[in-house]
Amino acid sequence: MELLLNLTIYFPLVGILLFLFFRSDTAVKWISLIVTSITFMLSLPLLFGFDVAGSAVPQYVTEGSPILAGMDIKYLVGLDGLSLLLFMLTTLFGPIVILSSWNSVKKSLIGYYSMLLILQMASLGVFASLDLVVFYVFFELSLIPMYFLIGIWGGSDKIRATIKFFIYTLVGSLIMLVALMYLGFHAGAAMGGDISFTADWRYISGPDYLIGLAEQTWLFLAFALAFCIKVPLFPFHTWLPYAHTEAPTAGSVVLAAIMLKLGTYGLVRVCLPVFPNAFMEFAPWMATLAVIGIIYGALVAMVQKDVKKLVAYSSVSHLGFVVLGIFALNTVAVQGAIIQMINHGLSTGALFLIVGMIYDRAHTRQISDFGGVAKVMPVFAVMFMIATLASIGLPGLNGFVGEFLILNGAFISTLYANKVYAVLAATGVILAAVYMLWMYQRVMFGPITNKENEKLIDLDAREISLLVPLVIFMIWIGIRPVDFTKYSEEWVESFIEMSEEKSEAVMLQTDLSEIPDWTARLYGVEARQLLTADVGGRK
Amino acid sequence: MESPLALVSLIIGLPLLGFLINGLTGLFSKAYRNQKSVIGLIANTAVFIPFFIVLYFFIGFNPEGGALNVKLFTWIEAGSFSVDIAYQIDQLSLIMALVVTGVGAFIHLYSVGYMYDDEGYWKFFAYLNLFIFAMLNLILADNLLLLFLGWEGVGLCSYLLIGFWYRDMLKSDAAKKAFIYNRVGDFAFLVAIFMVFEAVGSLQFDVILANLDAFSSNGIFWITLLMFIGATGKSVQIPLFVWLPDAMAGPTSVSALIHAATMVTSGIYLITRMSPMYVLTPEVMMIVALIGALTAIVAATVALTQNDIKGVLAYSTVSQLGFMFLALGAGAYTAALFHVVTHAFFKACLFLGSGSVIHAMHHVEHKLHEKDHSIHFDPQDIRNMGGLRKWMPSTYKTFFISTIAIAGIPPLAGFFSKDEILMHTFNMGFSEFAGPLYFLLWGVATITAFLTAFYMFRLTFTTFHGEFRLPKLVKGAEDSEKLLHESPVTMTLPLWVLATLAAIGGFMGIPNFISKTFGGEGALNWLGAWLSPIAADIPLTLSIPAEWALMILATTIAAAGVYVAWRMYGQGQQKESDAIIEEKTGALYQVWKEKYNLDELYEGAVVQPTIRFSDKVLAVFDLKVIDGFVNAVAGTVRLTGSLLRYIQTGVTSNYALFLILGVILVLSMILF
Repeated sequence: MELLLNLTIYFPLVGILLFLFFRSDTAVKWISLIVTSITFMLSLPLLFGFDVAGSAVPQYVTEGSPILAGMDIKYLVGLDGLSLLLFMLTTLFGPIVILSSWNSVKKSLIGYYSMLLILQMASLGVFASLDLVVFYVFFELSLIPMYFLIGIWGGSDKIRATIKFFIYTLVGSLIMLVALMYLGFHAGAAMGGDISFTADWRYISGPDYLIGLAEQTWLFLAFALAFCIKVPLFPFHTWLPYAHTEAPTAGSVVLAAIMLKLGTYGLVRVCLPVFPNAFMEFAPWMATLAVIGIIYGALVAMVQKDVKKLVAYSSVSHLGFVVLGIFALNTVAVQGAIIQMINHGLSTGALFLIVGMIYDRAHTRQISDFGGVAKVMPVFAVMFMIATLASIGLPGLNGFVGEFLILNGAFISTLYANKVYAVLAATGVILAAVYMLWMYQRVMFGPITNKENEKLIDLDAREISLLVPLVIFMIWIGIRPVDFTKYSEEWVESFIEMSEEKSEAVMLQTDLSEIPDWTARLYGVEARQLLTADVGGRK
Repeated sequence: MESPLALVSLIIGLPLLGFLINGLTGLFSKAYRNQKSVIGLIANTAVFIPFFIVLYFFIGFNPEGGALNVKLFTWIEAGSFSVDIAYQIDQLSLIMALVVTGVGAFIHLYSVGYMYDDEGYWKFFAYLNLFIFAMLNLILADNLLLLFLGWEGVGLCSYLLIGFWYRDMLKSDAAKKAFIYNRVGDFAFLVAIFMVFEAVGSLQFDVILANLDAFSSNGIFWITLLMFIGATGKSVQIPLFVWLPDAMAGPTSVSALIHAATMVTSGIYLITRMSPMYVLTPEVMMIVALIGALTAIVAATVALTQNDIKGVLAYSTVSQLGFMFLALGAGAYTAALFHVVTHAFFKACLFLGSGSVIHAMHHVEHKLHEKDHSIHFDPQDIRNMGGLRKWMPSTYKTFFISTIAIAGIPPLAGFFSKDEILMHTFNMGFSEFAGPLYFLLWGVATITAFLTAFYMFRLTFTTFHGEFRLPKLVKGAEDSEKLLHESPVTMTLPLWVLATLAAIGGFMGIPNFISKTFGGEGALNWLGAWLSPIAADIPLTLSIPAEWALMILATTIAAAGVYVAWRMYGQGQQKESDAIIEEKTGALYQVWKEKYNLDELYEGAVVQPTIRFSDKVLAVFDLKVIDGFVNAVAGTVRLTGSLLRYIQTGVTSNYALFLILGVILVLSMILF
């Protein structure tokens, strides 16, 4: 099974090697499709063989030896409850993304499909890596193919969009790199022995490794910044609408379904267990940004004139929910956040596919160019409606499960200790209905105002087969979410518990005379220590 | 009762199956769409069988045995949170399920004829089945979250069916409006659910109601208030009721089923279900009663001035729902539910009757239009009608019976239920909390009862009595009365069934004081006894003579309304009499006619400002300020030039290859 995991991650590259020998357009497309389908098939045993009860511990672990003496940087991959579903989502989207480009991309196919395959590999690598340096490498690696996808196969304003996307994300990652270096040496020193540097996530996130409050603060902020740009959390979101509008359909789909998750995934993977004190201290601030993002994203989405931009802004709103859930730090909300990552991938991925399908036909994405499309494209209308309803969180479909758990968890969160976050965030439920249904109405309902649209033909078999799996999962997760949430349940519970213990331990061992004044005040060290001593004394 | 699991699954599952069969087959097969008898048969079977099963449960239900609980599977689970897909069969859910499947079944039957000529026949029945499925989830759910699934599910079906003729932008506007106003209420409902979970750690009705002491009084106040706000959306009360009149854009059988008999009563069901919690907070009960009574009279005054046959019925529905909320606020949960049931009978009958009339008028327009393309008139405008009783005897008779029922004339159904509401409201006047207010609300409700009798008979007389006015009003429509015809039997049969129920349905809740007067045991009120384990009614403390006096007063008021309507409209003299009312009421009439300008108010005060703010402020802010800042930062870094060059010279496939070779090289170093 260890081998299988590695095979799954790198199998997409087989396609690129085959491109050396088979260079015709048809061959390239079919190779890509077959390779990604096999990748998906290879990943299935990983899902079925997963030990649900032991999801807190990485499974199928491959551990290489350190590349440098005294530096514990090594190839380390495995899957646990947090990464499993995102890993599966990535393999599921592999063939879907390839098929979505079947007829719409006509320029340098080898390059295009190579980029998609590398992107697939890199995304799988991020979710599987357990060494933070390897994680960082994959994290950066995923940027490059996306950069080319937008820059070469994008729309009219692609250069500007690419630059913005690239620089923005790069700035975040470089800050993260600096923090990672510091963290590695710090952890290496803590580990002792003859090791000076470690990037082993299992140790860094483990119960034995504690970081002082001042260092935690800076490290947390650096990592969080990189991840928040990726999410993107308000106010770091402005690259997203550009990137989405200019990206080719497949690029938008991967961006929305997979790459944005790297941000929220990183917040849970790294920020939560490694910097628990900072995580908790900044939770209300992060939640504030998340709530602003939910409402702001929805309001701005409402007035967009381009369908794709509207969906892009809706992502800002939806991912605000995920961040809100992560920082509520209770099982209900974090479980909601994890399933919502999957949900957002499914429904927003589907929406971008849908926008792409209509764009392929009409060569416009302006809402005002449409109207009455439901009449000529009934199957399309149904698919679009289901994705829309999933996106606005209709119970019975997937979006509701995530949103409900997140809001409910945020409502009872002791970390926020304020109902306002959940209540304000819940207004996003109203706003989502407003902007999505309004858009749907203007595109699909009414008389056909644009003569061109009378000639639109309904979805063909290829397009239906792209959307059907997504729709099935939307309904499945909506009705039986337990089949999916069970994988992360144990992980979430044990990591929340451990983080709380770790933060308590850090508090206790903090020497007030040794930390800067602002730290003591920020974390309220004195009061916390007194409280703990008090409880201890009474025992 | 053996194997409730299988039977409950059938009740819930068959409508879903019907939806899937008709929906999916119709979507992918054009040939199937014309198999109208097959489609109709499947859809009707999917509702009639559940109806019979519910009936079977109802007959075999043992009140002593308590509720039957059926769990299908765990729905959502995370940490301490867990909710099941589980159903509860008890006195309350059985009554509701009987109404939904029973009235629903006959409306399905009616639709076979009514929708026959529509090209979306398959879609219509698929949606209608889906609605029944969602509605059954709402009322049979054993927990708040599954109820919420049904709650939003019926909202979706309502949206789909209001916008059924989606090519008309106004109709899809109405659909969207309905969904969004409902969402506003749902938002409040959702917060209430969070609060319930926080307090008791469960959303199951049994657990919630058994642990009422786990709630703080503040908590109870907010939970009940928020649930009530949720109910104002779905059950059309002030301030969220404005979507219902627009919802009449949907096919008439939809108006009958969803927007009169079933969905809009969900809020009453919810509050009755939670009644043990409501009685703990007199403040919220007062708010509920106040809003209910206000809604009742506001909608009644608007109904007075409308000329669209469905419009009058829509406002009448809002008004009658107001009565039900008044009952809830007066602690008369049984009475509220009683009115839900009787209202379902007579209002469904009235809507279907109006559908029959519209069907006929539409036929006339169609035929005239064939002769002369310039002829257009509104087939729903009662000013164009009159004298229809001559050509549509069944429609007329059933419509007339239902009008008497809604007007509150004994011994028809509406009389008993409305009388019970008025009596309980009066009774609350003696309570310590806000007593005088309840007396006032009783006064308001009594005036509304008069108005109800009046505007409903205005509608009936104007439609069916006097002369057929169309030939005089529309050029080229001479002799058009010959084109009028009665509807087919699939349409008149449901009318007769419902009219019969509207006539006799009230006997399930004969007030107990009647038997007491004659020395009986006082067990005449079957419904009251049946619901007593669930509905936390505040008991009546009035003396028997007082109850008689109130009943006689209510009857007199209703009779007066009918009499005045007869004098003013009995011969079809609608135009003259409306003018008289307009003259007498002056400026007020304009307010009524303009529906209190609530739509304009919301549009001007909420909708447009939000859109303008988002468009002119937020979107600009996003572009200029946030993104502008980012650009400024990026500009100083000056990576731009080199990156541009990088892209423009690139042969990507080479890059890709190098990238891969690099990766493989590094990995092989690491791994081996």
